[in-house]
Amino acid sequence: MDQAALIRRGLTRRYRAEKRFKAYGITAIVSGVTFLVFLLGTTFLNGYTALLQTYIAVDITILDSDFDGDLSSASLSRGDYLGIIKRSLRETFPEATTRKEKAELYKLISSGAQYELLEKVVGNPEFVGHTSMFWLLADDEVDVYMKGRIDPAVPEKNRRLKDRSIAWIEQLRDQDRIKRNFNILFFTNGDSREPEQAGILGAVMGSVFTILVTMLLAFPIGVAAAIYLQEFARKNRFTDLIEVNINNLAAVPSIIFGLLGLAIFLNFFHLPRSVPLVGGMVLALMTLPTIIISSRAALAAVPPSIREAALGVGASPVQTVLHHVLPLAMPGMLTGTIIGLAQALGETAPLLVIGMVAFIVDIPSSPMDPGTALPVQIYLWADSPERAFVERTSAAIMTLLLFLVAVNGLIVLLRRKFERRW
Amino acid sequence: MNQTAIEDAKPIERNNSDDPLNDPNYKTVGEVTVPNAAMTTKNVDVYYGDKQAIYNVSLDVGKNEVLAMIGPSGCGKSTFLRCLNRMNDTIDICRIEGDIRLDGEDIYSRNMDVVLLRARVGMVFQKPNPFPKSVYDNVAYGVNLHGLSRSKSDLDDIVEDALKRAGLWDEVSDRLNQPGTGLSGGQQQRLCIARAIAISPEIILMDEPCSALDPIATAKIEELIDELSKHYSICIVTHSMQQAARVSQRTAYFHLGKLIEVGATDIIFTNPSHRLTEGYITGRFG
Repeated sequence: MDQAALIRRGLTRRYRAEKRFKAYGITAIVSGVTFLVFLLGTTFLNGYTALLQTYIAVDITILDSDFDGDLSSASLSRGDYLGIIKRSLRETFPEATTRKEKAELYKLISSGAQYELLEKVVGNPEFVGHTSMFWLLADDEVDVYMKGRIDPAVPEKNRRLKDRSIAWIEQLRDQDRIKRNFNILFFTNGDSREPEQAGILGAVMGSVFTILVTMLLAFPIGVAAAIYLQEFARKNRFTDLIEVNINNLAAVPSIIFGLLGLAIFLNFFHLPRSVPLVGGMVLALMTLPTIIISSRAALAAVPPSIREAALGVGASPVQTVLHHVLPLAMPGMLTGTIIGLAQALGETAPLLVIGMVAFIVDIPSSPMDPGTALPVQIYLWADSPERAFVERTSAAIMTLLLFLVAVNGLIVLLRRKFERRW
Repeated sequence: MNQTAIEDAKPIERNNSDDPLNDPNYKTVGEVTVPNAAMTTKNVDVYYGDKQAIYNVSLDVGKNEVLAMIGPSGCGKSTFLRCLNRMNDTIDICRIEGDIRLDGEDIYSRNMDVVLLRARVGMVFQKPNPFPKSVYDNVAYGVNLHGLSRSKSDLDDIVEDALKRAGLWDEVSDRLNQPGTGLSGGQQQRLCIARAIAISPEIILMDEPCSALDPIATAKIEELIDELSKHYSICIVTHSMQQAARVSQRTAYFHLGKLIEVGATDIIFTNPSHRLTEGYITGRFG
């Protein structure tokens, strides 16, 4: 057999192997995309309803006698609005007579509605002495029912929303007195025990401050460490040891960093608990190895000829690095920072240890205010028994993903700016 | 050179008693010193870790002369060249012994500032390595670094002058703001030369400056070297013996870390004294 025939005989096998390999690759990508679509799809389907919130229209009569004294805003804000709402509900549904029935009736409206009413009346005292229609925030059970997630066919004792309440809701629906609005509260409120009043803003602000602290600490320290190790440090046993340790630190479970933060930042330096500052510092420690390793790789990838060129015209080593090497390595360093920060953004365990898991209603306004972070908020809501927290958990996941995209987008923009096209 | 030639050459070397490979105190043939030296080197040894790369080399660079260093690959001529402006400092394991002086000053002494040294001894590398910046910025970088211009117009003049002397001005005057890396290989190398001469060094070291260039670009660089030697001393490492013969006044032949022979270029190429030099230039090995 001549050589060409020999080669040709092997060719079929080689092409077959190539096709097989291609098929493996396509299978891997298709299954990956499927999982991703499934994950995002279920999250979205569960979560998009959180963007809507049910409101109930109630005719509310506000009497002069509800307030002691004049109608000054001080006196108006002392009024018993819960009582006013309850009275109006009794007037709307006079059939509720027993104590149990009344309690059920009151539960149609969120406990937060009285504060909304207060604001409206204080803002416009003309409501006093008249009967006007107010759209009040509905209770989460009503909301869940309106979103079709409570099946009336289920035996009553297995439901939190009783038949009588459902009858009232249907009655309101027939009168067009129940509607769903865009859920602005979800984006302006902090956490709450009442799902209809629970918002994501507290967690978002907590995450913003945490990641800001992380970025401000980890990026400069990481880049500086990488530059020193890669460009200036002599290669000896000591620097080898440091290098090995940095590589090991990148693989340390994140909760260990949380414990480290607890031991050092909280117990030794007595920094406050639950604050984004400490969270950011702990996450910066966690992110540092990732940033150092990728920054060193980026520096090593800069061609040595550039260094020689700069040194050759008389640039000092620091000038060589700052003027030439660093700008060329910057895109690679920023890529490492994206990976590190994305990791930090989704991290829960270390934050639990330093107390950022506390139930905090107030929205943090600085890194020193107690707060929580988005992944911790997801964890908290996922753990809550109320049905209405399910959609909020999914909505929080979507918020976290959007946040992640925003932070990464910012860094990609920065990288574009630094990337040289020649 | 073909394989047989090398194998032919080796047995002769081994049997010879004056084989410089066996003699640690080998003395270079020819006159290593010059009366009017810009740079002098005496008894230079270079080690990479435990391995010795240069053995006891003494060689002067005369003012306004072009000194060519030739020799087979790995003979240490580039290593020696890089000692002259301390580029070897960047290599951790590299150790240099001996005496290298620029205008009588020991360049390896504590008082010698390496930044100043490199401003006085410029370098052009084997592979053109312009900065990823504009043509203008490439030339202006060193000038700005050392604060050599008094004003923007002064800087413009220096850049223009350097590009003109590098013979590049006519080709790039209308695209000074284009990236330097977008030029052709020969243009890039002349840009690197312009960058080196913009800071007016006393000596220019060239490490195989034409090895990545085509013959036309090479011819331009050689013309340029001729022109530059009016103002500067030039040390050039080259693999092309024709190039050494064309551009240099003196030639030094290196072999396995030793400086075998130095002499006027026309003598070296027509009537070399040492057997190894003759073998190399006649193409018997290398």
